[in-house]
Amino acid sequence: MEQFSQLLLAFIVFLSLYLLGSSSLTGCINIMALQGMCLGFLPLTVRAEGFHSRTLLLAAGMFILKGFLIPRILLYAIREVKIRREIEPMIGYAPSLLLGAVLIGVSFVLAERLPVPAGLRTSLLIPVSLATVMMGMLMMISRIKAITQVIGYLVFENGVYLFGLAIAYEVPWLIEMGVLLDVFVAVFVMGIIINHIARAFDSISTEKLTRLND
Amino acid sequence: MIYLLLVGVPLLVGLLALAVDNDERRPWLLPFGFAIHASIVAACWRTLPGPAMDGWLRIDDLGLLVLSLASAMLLVCSVYCLEYLRLRRERRNRLFTACLSFVLAAVSLVAVSHHMGLLWVGMEAATLAIAPLVYFNHNERSLEATWKYLMMGSLGIGLALLGTFFLTLATFPFQGPGDPLLIDTLLSRAGTLSLPWLKGAFIFLLVGYGTKMGLAPLHSWKPDAYGESPGVVGAILAGVITACPFLGILRAFQVCAAAGIAGFAQSILVMIGLLSMATAAVFIIGQRDFKRMLAYSSVEQMGILALGVGLGPAGSFAALLHMINNGLTKGVLFLSAGNIHRAFGGKTMDHAHGALRRAPVSAALFLLGFVAVTGSPPFAPFVSEFSILRAAVNGHRLGVALGFVGLLAVIFIGMATTVLSVVYGLPPSSDSKQSLQGDSPLMIAAPLVFMAVVVFLGLWLPDWLTTVLGGAAKLLNTGAA
Repeated sequence: MEQFSQLLLAFIVFLSLYLLGSSSLTGCINIMALQGMCLGFLPLTVRAEGFHSRTLLLAAGMFILKGFLIPRILLYAIREVKIRREIEPMIGYAPSLLLGAVLIGVSFVLAERLPVPAGLRTSLLIPVSLATVMMGMLMMISRIKAITQVIGYLVFENGVYLFGLAIAYEVPWLIEMGVLLDVFVAVFVMGIIINHIARAFDSISTEKLTRLND
Repeated sequence: MIYLLLVGVPLLVGLLALAVDNDERRPWLLPFGFAIHASIVAACWRTLPGPAMDGWLRIDDLGLLVLSLASAMLLVCSVYCLEYLRLRRERRNRLFTACLSFVLAAVSLVAVSHHMGLLWVGMEAATLAIAPLVYFNHNERSLEATWKYLMMGSLGIGLALLGTFFLTLATFPFQGPGDPLLIDTLLSRAGTLSLPWLKGAFIFLLVGYGTKMGLAPLHSWKPDAYGESPGVVGAILAGVITACPFLGILRAFQVCAAAGIAGFAQSILVMIGLLSMATAAVFIIGQRDFKRMLAYSSVEQMGILALGVGLGPAGSFAALLHMINNGLTKGVLFLSAGNIHRAFGGKTMDHAHGALRRAPVSAALFLLGFVAVTGSPPFAPFVSEFSILRAAVNGHRLGVALGFVGLLAVIFIGMATTVLSVVYGLPPSSDSKQSLQGDSPLMIAAPLVFMAVVVFLGLWLPDWLTTVLGGAAKLLNTGAA
């Protein structure tokens, strides 16, 4: 079990890194869906106490929401507004990959300095979560299309969720509320706004959203 | 019971607003609903209700201050909205009125929750409820502002959630009773918290809630959102919505102080406070758009709040007073700025000048509000800013005191250039054919009320307020030097 969760976590970091270097939007969404499915399996493996019905529910919710529902919404959105790939981002693909690697290193160093919480089966969870959070933030700030910014936000939230798994026993409702409901509502609202952006500008690049600045 | 009413009444008003199918009558729900809310809050001042729901809900002095500020400001703003929405007949106001009530419900939840997780839920609800208000004008500019607000807001709220998780880990290995994130539990076990996790939690909560407050360097959404939303929404954003994340940061500070690392938290707060003031000073100079200028002024005021709390008990008292003074002054400024915006059909110095001739009362209020917000006597912000300065000097933080005064002076000069050019001079004559209206009664009554309170609090601080402020400052600094 422990090895399985380590493998899963390593795979999750790899997927985030892959996202940073991928230019095809459909590809990005598919990878995100795959990451969502991996996240769905994790609650069953990370805590030493095993799992009870509530963990099972969380796992199922995550699997459906991040693995199927949200990717479907995003795929529908890009089909509606007919876009295929990200235009050249503010930070190029190769530099973002490099930056991503640096961020992974940083999060391992950071996690090293924090005591390992009791009851966790793997010490990989905290650094992987921090790395995913930072890579998501990187995507949010360096990408131009509204959809890729949303994907960045979702990767960021995946990282927060990973962290939440460490405490899913003590405050299960906060994880459910914070990660499942929050993400769903936020994506819903963002979807509405993207729809408005598409109608107002005939494109969903936030590049057009640059009138307001000092 | 009282907690149920505080959150339930505005929630119900919001649902009713969704159900009413008449744009003319719908806004009238707000003042009545909010008046009921305000009277419940007034009852809380008489006797503080005890804890409920196993301690998850509880109003202490800190929560009471935020709750009262929110309730009072939204009540006055809802009266302003009656006339504002009548002028904006071309737009359906169903979502606007409903979301305004939902904002009050969410803010009340933040103020009464005595649990870090529940507080987070309230913050999240407030963030989402305010987005449609920012987008009320439905044009390309407000779309951009809403998108930026939503992305930054979601990021901030996510970081705050991460900070809340850190805080939970600080309590490990946790053995009941109660929930690890209850403020009371955290405070009573403060001595046993794991310090590295607690420090991490404070940083993440500060950055996350700081994004929502608009502390530099994560303030970039603020000028856009404040600039493009209607004036009344700006007043609520700057006065009420900033107080909620501030409360979140104060709760985190409370735990840090009890755990004996107040010094760590204070030094970060002082640093980020001065940084916010400096950032605001840079952008306020030469700002031609007066609503964006107000947004940067808000960044500055948030910096002052953080700085005040960082200066120990005396500073905390002043910062809490300043939270109220700043909220009310921002009410004056944004509402009168909205009126001036409407009177000229533009919100930059190029469109608007000579406001004293076209909308005399609004212009006078805008001018007085500017004098007040920059910390001149006899207005209320002067009292609180002076107390913060005194706290810095008494604490032998001369560098901090000098920086504080210097930045205040720079911001005063920067704002003066814009404000004076908008208020004085001759109004442009070219657009006189358009039907742009000057002052109208309800829309100047609302900022007048705020102004009156700002003057009143500047001249005389009532005992009952001092008691609660003192109690709140004491809550913050138990265990702090």
